[in-house]
Amino acid sequence: MTPKFLAAGDAALVVEYGEIIDAALIDAVQQLDRRLAAAGLNGVVETVPSFRSLMVHYDPLATSSAELIAAIEALDAGAAAASGEVGRRWVLPVCYDAQFAPDLSDVATATGLAADAVTATHAANEFTVAVVGFLPGCPFMAELPAAFDLSRRTTPRTRVPAGSVAVAQKLSVIYPTESPGGWHLIGNCPVPLFDARWDRPALLAPADAVRFKPIDAAEHARILAAARDGSYDPRRECTA
Amino acid sequence: MSGLRVDRPGLSTSVQDLGRPGQQRYGVPVSGALDPLALRLANALVGNPPGMAALEILALGPTLTVEADAIRVALVGSDVGLRIDGQDIPAGRSVTVLRGTKISIGGFTDAASCILAIEGGFDLAPVMGSRSTYARGGFGGFEGRALRVGDLLPLVLANATMAPERKAPPIDYGSGPIRVVLGPQDSWFEPGSIERFFAEPYTITVEADRMGMRLDGAKLDHAKGFNIVSDGIAPGHIQVPGTGQPIVLLADRQTVGGYPKIGAVIGADLPRLGRMRPGDTIRFARIEVADAEAARRAQAAAFAKLVQAIGPVIVVPTTEQLLQANLIDGVVSA
Repeated sequence: MTPKFLAAGDAALVVEYGEIIDAALIDAVQQLDRRLAAAGLNGVVETVPSFRSLMVHYDPLATSSAELIAAIEALDAGAAAASGEVGRRWVLPVCYDAQFAPDLSDVATATGLAADAVTATHAANEFTVAVVGFLPGCPFMAELPAAFDLSRRTTPRTRVPAGSVAVAQKLSVIYPTESPGGWHLIGNCPVPLFDARWDRPALLAPADAVRFKPIDAAEHARILAAARDGSYDPRRECTA
Repeated sequence: MSGLRVDRPGLSTSVQDLGRPGQQRYGVPVSGALDPLALRLANALVGNPPGMAALEILALGPTLTVEADAIRVALVGSDVGLRIDGQDIPAGRSVTVLRGTKISIGGFTDAASCILAIEGGFDLAPVMGSRSTYARGGFGGFEGRALRVGDLLPLVLANATMAPERKAPPIDYGSGPIRVVLGPQDSWFEPGSIERFFAEPYTITVEADRMGMRLDGAKLDHAKGFNIVSDGIAPGHIQVPGTGQPIVLLADRQTVGGYPKIGAVIGADLPRLGRMRPGDTIRFARIEVADAEAARRAQAAAFAKLVQAIGPVIVVPTTEQLLQANLIDGVVSA
C-alpha cells in the first residue's frame, strides 16, 4: 500500500493510507509504525498511530520533512518484513447488565439483533486497538461486524461513567474516566486503563489484541473494589 | 524542607517544563510551557538547564513567601516584573531573595503568560518523564493541578549559590503575520475559504486556555463535511469544526482529533502566538515546510546568541550607598 505524505506543520508529518476506517488501513499504519520503531530514524521524536495514518513527530532542528520522507520511502521500498514488538493480548471483564447498558435496546434496534445477540457478538469479537486517544488511555478498538456501523448519538451525554464500554462506527471504546461522550453504552469494564505510574501508562496500546469476558454485577463490584484498593493489577489479571 | 509558600495563587499558576513527548500514542498530551523561549531564558538567568520545570503564570501572578535560607529567581515573558517586599525588580534578570520575604507578581496584559524560574528547580518527581502539569488529567507538576493558597512548593536548593546576578536582553518573538503550513486536510475546504483564511483578520475569543484558542473571523466553508476519521494532531494545528471558526491547538492539545485541520502554525511563531490574549487580532500567512524549518533554525540560532548575551547585573549605587561603602572600607582598612 503506497501512502501519501501530508504536511502537519514543521514538527510533524502525516503518512496517510486512506480516509476511512478499515482493517487493512489500520494494519498498514501499524506495520509502518513497527518499521519506524525498528529503524530509529534520526530526529524522530515519537510516532502516533491512528486509524488511517501515522503521525511522525520530529525535531526540525535535527532533521527535515524532506529527509524523513525520503527515509520512510526507503523503508517502504525495502519492504522488510514488519519487525519489532507486535501488540500484547488482553481479556477484559465486562458487565453487560442493564444498569451499565442504557443504550443496549437502541443498539439492538439499529443492528436488527436481539439485545443478548448484541452483547454476545461484542463478547465474541476479536478486537485490535487502532488508536489510544481522546482521553489518556482511551482505546478505540476495531472491528465489529457491518451491522454495528452506527452513527453516534444525536445528543451526546455530558457525563459518561468511567469504565463504560460503548460502540459506534463498527468500533468499540472504553471510557477510562468519566467524561462527555456520544457513543452507545452497552456495558462497563471495571479495570483501570490508565495509571501515570506504570512504565507504559496506558493498559492498552495500538496493535494490542482485546477480547471481552462477560461478568456479572457481583464480580464487577469485586474487581472495582480491588482496583480501588490497589490489590487488582490489570497488567497481570487481564493478560490473555 | 525548603520551599515556596503560596499566599495567593494568582489566576492560574502551574509547574511547567518543556513538556512530555513520547506518550502521545497512549493519549497523553505533550503539555509544557506556552512560551518555551521564556522558560529557557528564565532558566538560563538562574543557571539552570534550559528545560528545568518553573512556574508558568497566566494573566495574574501569585504571592509567594520564601521558606528557604535564600532563593534566586528570574521572571521572563512579561514586563510585569517582581515586587519583592515592596521593591520592584524588573523582568529579565535574576535576583536573590531571603527567607521570609514575599515575592508578588501582579496582573499583566502584555502577554498571556510569563515564567518564574527558581535556581535548582522544584523537588517534584517527574511523571512520565516530565514535571509539566496536565490539569485535565490531574497529573504532573504539583499534585497535577494549578497552585492553591497554602501550598508549599518543595525546592531542591536550601540556599542560593554565590553566582552573580545576571540579566538578559529581551526575547525577539518576531513580528508580522503568524505563519501557517497548510495540511493535512486543506483539501477539505473550499478554495475560497483558504484564500479568506490568509486574507482576513481573526480575533482571539475569551475561549482561550492552555489547550487552545478559539478564533472569530471569516467563516471557513468545508467542501467535504467536517467529520474526518480521527488522525494525529501536531503542535499549533488549526482545526475547524462545523461552526467554520478555527481553533488553534496549543500545549495541552489532545493527541488525535476528528475535525479537519486546515494547517499548522509553525514552530518559530508558536511562542508569539502562545503569548497572545483574548481580543488580540491575528493575521495568517502561508509558508512552505522547508521555509518553516529554516525559520525555526534561525530562531534557535538567534536564541542561542541571546543566551550568550546574558551578562552581570550592574547596579549603579546611590550616593548614600557609596558613602556607606566608603565607611565600611574605612573600617576595614583602619
